[in-house]
Amino acid sequence: MSNLSTRRKPPRVGDAPLFRRSLIGIVLVLVAFVIVAPLVIIGVEAFSKGWQLYRDTVIHPDTLHAVMLTVLAALIAVPINTIFGIAAAWAITKFDFWGKRFLLVVIEIPFSVSPIVAGVAYLFVYGLQGLFGPWLDAHDIKILFAVPGIIIASMFVTAPFVARELIPLMQAQGRDLEEASTSLGASGWRTFFAVTLPNVKWALLYGVILCNARVMGEFGAVSVVSGNIRGQTNTLPLHIELLYHDYNATGAFAAASILALIAVFTIIAKVALERQGAGRVRKQANPAEKTS
Amino acid sequence: MRRRNVLPGLPLSLGVTLFYVGLIVVLPLAALAFKAASLGFEDYWRIVSSSRSMASYRVTVLSALGATAFNLFFGLSLAWVITRYRFPGRRIVDAVVDLPFALPTAVAGIALTALFANSGWFGSVLEGFGIKVAYTPIGIMIAMCFTSLPFIVRTVQPVLEDLDPALEEAAQSLGGSDWTIFRKVILPLLAPALLAGVSLSFARCLGEFGAIIFIAGNQPMSTEITALLIFIRLEEYDYQAAAAIASVLLLAAFFMLAVTNWLQARALRYTVKG
Repeated sequence: MSNLSTRRKPPRVGDAPLFRRSLIGIVLVLVAFVIVAPLVIIGVEAFSKGWQLYRDTVIHPDTLHAVMLTVLAALIAVPINTIFGIAAAWAITKFDFWGKRFLLVVIEIPFSVSPIVAGVAYLFVYGLQGLFGPWLDAHDIKILFAVPGIIIASMFVTAPFVARELIPLMQAQGRDLEEASTSLGASGWRTFFAVTLPNVKWALLYGVILCNARVMGEFGAVSVVSGNIRGQTNTLPLHIELLYHDYNATGAFAAASILALIAVFTIIAKVALERQGAGRVRKQANPAEKTS
Repeated sequence: MRRRNVLPGLPLSLGVTLFYVGLIVVLPLAALAFKAASLGFEDYWRIVSSSRSMASYRVTVLSALGATAFNLFFGLSLAWVITRYRFPGRRIVDAVVDLPFALPTAVAGIALTALFANSGWFGSVLEGFGIKVAYTPIGIMIAMCFTSLPFIVRTVQPVLEDLDPALEEAAQSLGGSDWTIFRKVILPLLAPALLAGVSLSFARCLGEFGAIIFIAGNQPMSTEITALLIFIRLEEYDYQAAAAIASVLLLAAFFMLAVTNWLQARALRYTVKG
């Protein structure tokens, strides 16, 4: 890099020093105000009444229960979504079938649908006014306003996360390696674990981490289907809202700081994985590079 | 037609995919559509065109437009600065752009409210200029800006990275000023990605809930977004109204999904290198 820069390159568009400096300045100030300040204020507010109160909120049984429930939701929803993502990527990238493009669009739907709409939709499937509600009620199975509802609503919201990372990468890698592997006699599973998986492991992990962050932070869909029962069906984001509306802002920020910390770790993991090449292919995936 | 496929696993992988998509995505949305359709046209129309619903669409769409317009300029500048300039802290800025995606919306909501409340860091300064942000439509806009910013940055950034310097050099050798080259050469190349980012960002704004409800005043007719109105109807056990209004948001989402797909297909067509 340093020996390259000794060769004077012609200035590119926007490289005039004054313009360059002021644009960087404006952008940095806006980033500080719009993106960094909200993160900073969470820490400031959480500790505004001292370490003691922070500790009390975080180890309060209701908070701990909310943490447990959030972790439980992630532990179930993320692996299921991962299996789905792998299956969808395998089917879509290794085979040609009618309706493939449509299937791709359907998988992406949860990204565009408001989480509130998702929550309402689940109400009309599993709620008492819904399709299966009366049957579930008659058999005393609780899905809505209970833990299963929280988990399936989270699954809806995060359904595309893993698939979206895998599909462009596996598309770009083509089918040759897998075809060679099976023609040499390896089984489908062996081909997947020995050939495909090593090639996509970073992208897979990348999708899993983003999926996990979203499951843990999901608010809208979960708030519709959870019933918000303190100590029972309160996930961490819902618990934050509850504390906040109880005029316990400091407590709300203390609980929020846990999620903010997870968000920061998610970003660090994301950057680390991008260094391994994950997340890059999606951006440049295009049909022309298929054979590279 | 095509060469014979020797790979195994189609029935299993496609089966799992269709089962999961059907159960998790299609079934609930179909149930919602069915519920809304069972209302009958007259009732449906009465609910979705009531003055309170109309006011909620207005504030949602206008705030989303405002937020997206701001993000168009901010997001483009941010992507430009990250890809074209080298300065200390660039990688940190690049990483921090994803924070709005990683930070749960409820957390973002209370953080923005704390910043922009009358006593907050920004709110108290703006108050001096007579600008109230928290509990007004501006607050809604700011929450939308925050949650949808990464879309535009992340769709424009790769195109900006792949931009062929030869095009600019050619324009420069022909004597074009920077501004002319940006307008006539660079912007048209960025436009498809920029539009795709804009439509993603706008769609996200329309559906946003968690970040907004804390900072918006949530007053019917003025600062009540559509997603919140659905939630309120649910709390009132008015499931029909909730279904009807939710179906409007769902239609808007499908419309935006179609627009985004169309724009992305166009963007790809123009960025494919031979």
